[in-house]
Amino acid sequence: MSASLPQIPWNADHAAALVARCVALEGPLLPALHVIQATFGCVPDEAVPIIAQVLNLSRADVHGVLTFYHDFRRVPAGRRILKFCAAEACQARGSADAIAQVERALGLKVGETRSDGAVTLEAVYCLGLCASGPAALLDGDPFARLKGARLDHLLTQVLP
Amino acid sequence: MPLIKEADSGTPPSAATEVVSLTIDGQTVMAPAGTSVMRAASMMGTAIPKLCATDSLQAFGSCRLCLVEIDGRAGTPASCTTPIADGMVVRTQTPKLAKLRKGVMELYISDHPLDCLTCAANGDCELQDMAGAVGLREVRYGYDGANHLCAEADESNPYFTFDPSKCIVCSRCVRACDEVQGTFALTIEGRGFASQVSASQSQPFMESECVSCGACVQACPTAALTETAIIDIGQPEHSVVTTCAYCGVGCTFKAEMRGEQLVRMVPYKDGKANRGHSCVKGRFAWGYATHRERILNPMIRRAVTDPWREVTWSEAIAYAASEFTRIQAAHGRNSVGGITSSRCTNEETFLVQKLVRAGFGNNNVDTCARVCHSPTGYGLKATFGTSAGTQDFDSVEHSDVIMVIGANPTDGHPVFASRMKQRLRQGARLIVIDPRRIDLVRTPHVQADHHLPLRPGTNVAVLNALAHVIVTEGLVDEAFVRERCDWEEFQDWAEAVAAPANSPEASEAFTGVPPETVRQAARLYATGGAAAIYYGLGVTEHSQGTTAVIAIANLAMATGNLGKLGAGVNPLRGQNNVQGACDMGSFPHELSGYRHVSDDDARGVFEALWDVELDAEPGLRIPNMLDAAVQGAFKGLYIQGEDILQSDPNTTHVAAGLAAMECVVVQDLFLNETANYAHVFLPGSTFLEKDGTFTNAERRIQRVRKVMSPRNGFGDWEITQMLSNALGFTMSYSHPSEIMDEIASLTPTFAGVSFAKLDEEGSVQWPCNAAAPLGTPVMHLDGFVRGKGRFMLTEYVATDEKVGPRFPLLLTTGRVLSQYNVGAQTRRTANVAWHNEDLLEIHPEDAEQRGVRDGDWVSLKSRAGETSLRATVTERVAPGVVYTTFHFPQTQANVVTTEYSDWATNCPEYKVTAVEVALSNGTTDWQTRYQAHTRRSRRIAQPEPAE
Repeated sequence: MSASLPQIPWNADHAAALVARCVALEGPLLPALHVIQATFGCVPDEAVPIIAQVLNLSRADVHGVLTFYHDFRRVPAGRRILKFCAAEACQARGSADAIAQVERALGLKVGETRSDGAVTLEAVYCLGLCASGPAALLDGDPFARLKGARLDHLLTQVLP
Repeated sequence: MPLIKEADSGTPPSAATEVVSLTIDGQTVMAPAGTSVMRAASMMGTAIPKLCATDSLQAFGSCRLCLVEIDGRAGTPASCTTPIADGMVVRTQTPKLAKLRKGVMELYISDHPLDCLTCAANGDCELQDMAGAVGLREVRYGYDGANHLCAEADESNPYFTFDPSKCIVCSRCVRACDEVQGTFALTIEGRGFASQVSASQSQPFMESECVSCGACVQACPTAALTETAIIDIGQPEHSVVTTCAYCGVGCTFKAEMRGEQLVRMVPYKDGKANRGHSCVKGRFAWGYATHRERILNPMIRRAVTDPWREVTWSEAIAYAASEFTRIQAAHGRNSVGGITSSRCTNEETFLVQKLVRAGFGNNNVDTCARVCHSPTGYGLKATFGTSAGTQDFDSVEHSDVIMVIGANPTDGHPVFASRMKQRLRQGARLIVIDPRRIDLVRTPHVQADHHLPLRPGTNVAVLNALAHVIVTEGLVDEAFVRERCDWEEFQDWAEAVAAPANSPEASEAFTGVPPETVRQAARLYATGGAAAIYYGLGVTEHSQGTTAVIAIANLAMATGNLGKLGAGVNPLRGQNNVQGACDMGSFPHELSGYRHVSDDDARGVFEALWDVELDAEPGLRIPNMLDAAVQGAFKGLYIQGEDILQSDPNTTHVAAGLAAMECVVVQDLFLNETANYAHVFLPGSTFLEKDGTFTNAERRIQRVRKVMSPRNGFGDWEITQMLSNALGFTMSYSHPSEIMDEIASLTPTFAGVSFAKLDEEGSVQWPCNAAAPLGTPVMHLDGFVRGKGRFMLTEYVATDEKVGPRFPLLLTTGRVLSQYNVGAQTRRTANVAWHNEDLLEIHPEDAEQRGVRDGDWVSLKSRAGETSLRATVTERVAPGVVYTTFHFPQTQANVVTTEYSDWATNCPEYKVTAVEVALSNGTTDWQTRYQAHTRRSRRIAQPEPAE
């Protein structure tokens, strides 16, 4: 789930056409969810019956998979997405303080999107950058050693 | 009997024949390969603690309570997901396992309310049992951590409550909905600590895809899913095994009781028709038995314009008998008759026809099968020699191809549909022949390979086209036909269907089915392996209903799809005891066991036992009775448990016939629509209030057991007996088992049937006699009952009911899942939450032309009559076709249907009526007049105050 993109507005017919292209795949549900999210920025609840209908699944089937994966969103994210690592190694290198600082600076809590839609802050659990934590992804790009000036610099990139 | 606690072996049985030997806790156990360690342990009486496992579902391995130690294997594998192996040494109880299990239970209980004493599941909770089994004494984690104890209960479903605070997320409900019911309405939402059971998209159950079959409630090991009745009343104390009184599937239930109060109906795993499954009707919709509108006192009146007067049983019976006697004296022996009910027991049905034949002295007896499956009886008898389906329901588990014709199993026969869908999900192929896109055509995880959306009324043309392809493309099973069937007749038939006029290309013009679809379907049916046909009233209720049944039989014979598992010709019977009512001699031309009344030998047996002379001439069928009444020759009718005014076609004609009679006796639970024209009302009893037997669609004879005293005072068989005695023909049965003994003595196919045998075996499928003492699951195994299978010609003749400028649309009718037949029972239950009116399905194109939008009131008019109802705009029906149900008397859909009927049996042509639909702003004249008549005729006089 990389960079936030200028996504197109929700359109049911377009969504059905996108899902229909996945029908022939083996295990088409995940690719269908990905393409919907990539196109519309999220998988809104109204997409679920469409995906279910086209793939001949129940709405519950789709809902279960959709909600299992944290990276699928049911509402649009902010224009930028900051994913801060909250796993053990980063914790050992001070990520809790860093996250608290980010929350204060951005005026939101982990898991939230700012009301102006500028940014979404999420926790992730290990980016494989354990040796240089605290680490984070901003719109899919990695940032490391996020303390002090480096963290301040990141925040200026999030909210110029 | 005490409360039945069915054994749960944890995982389903293995079908393997190879036997494996292993040691569990020092004992040697033999079990089929593929059996789980858990199930093998249960076979030797060892219960391994478990929560997520139950033997109706595949093993899942999530609860981690059923861990065992196995020599030579690392760790502690779950016994539910571990198959047994030769020489395996298993220990189910060790200090290490005890510690692990206790630890797991501590985690469960740390997020579970500790309100066992006030919990509805107290005494019926597997979590509670397991806490005891593992010796839980403390929860080291305490109860202060994050938990789900404040989660709100979902009480949207009228029959059960979902309380997530009591849920352990074992997924049993989700798996039951998927594996058993096949609706896939439930899922686990989220992951980890946030995991919770979700109906569809985290919705209340009533707004989800749930069909309220109850499988999840049954599977739940805690109080998370609990019947509302259990919450309201408490746990039951005894069970009685009985048979459902709704559709022809014939599910076996445990009626769980508190004294004479029914607490819940739970499907019984030993039930051979349902195998432990149920639907919303049988499981939950039994409240009508105690509905306030039930009539409990007999009533009489001189004229239908008078109010009813409550009288004693003896006065009501004496009045009815004197009227019948008077009418016969004045108008002749044949001026009266009777109608038996497919909802009553075999014994009761037998008594009514006995009363008519012996008491009235004529053969004017008929039954509601006249209007549903009489063509099945005629067609299958003519071709195979037996008026019944060829298979048991289990047979579907062996089908490679399933062809559904004119049936809607997911609504009409839901429990069998679930079994069929299980097989379809395993890979069986599906052909659907139906004007509507029924659910089976495409429903989650099931998709028909071919749907033939034919124009209503063209079944025979489509079946002939299928036969044409099979014959002309060389797909006939010639070895089977030469060995089992009459070769000469086959050749005549093959030549006839091979004619170009029967080709799919030629018939497309009137069937509307693309020829290539017909060809592919024919090839699949003929060459896809064991192929079964299941059909319903969409086949029989036509002017060529019998022809279509014969055409189906021809197809099965030509392809060798008879006399083996997985194949066959299977009518899905509408009502619980349609098969039985037909078997019991309810038709005017047939004695029990389908022997013609003109057969001197058969009649002689009855005459000898009953000591009375029987008429050798067939009597009147229901439509003949009504015609004769209108003409003034038929004056008196005894109707047990059938509402002909609502269920029979051309309502205005039925009303005119009834109104012309001098004595109409209605025996029923409620003042039904027919009772608006009755002079005597005899309160009937429900299936919960009497003993007897029902025979389901697979010829399975099953016991109905009395679980409570009849609120009206008598079982229906006792009422018929009183009436017969008052008429001077003596009956003196003290129990329905004596009636079955008489049936067995008079009916060769029932010779081996007795209540004692049914109690012992659970059920038997007829023929049950010396040759087949335990009954006959699959018929025609080594040859047809009639000798050689008989191919008969089935020329397509278009119905006279044609669309034209005045009536440009074709109406076809059916039913919905939550309602049953005329709705007398289900309309008086909470099932109205799903469906509380009849709706007219109309295609968007037809709707647009008429300016009809979804939900608009429309009038529905044919040359027979006119009614009004609300429209639902849907592509489920093809352009030019409209569809409705007949569950609600305020609609009276049969006002519109016509007098046309099957050429052989008079089965009405319900499925094809030319109609017009128009916007409307209210009820029609007929509805207004009828509703006024209903109000007037339902008045009950208040007793005069005593001086």
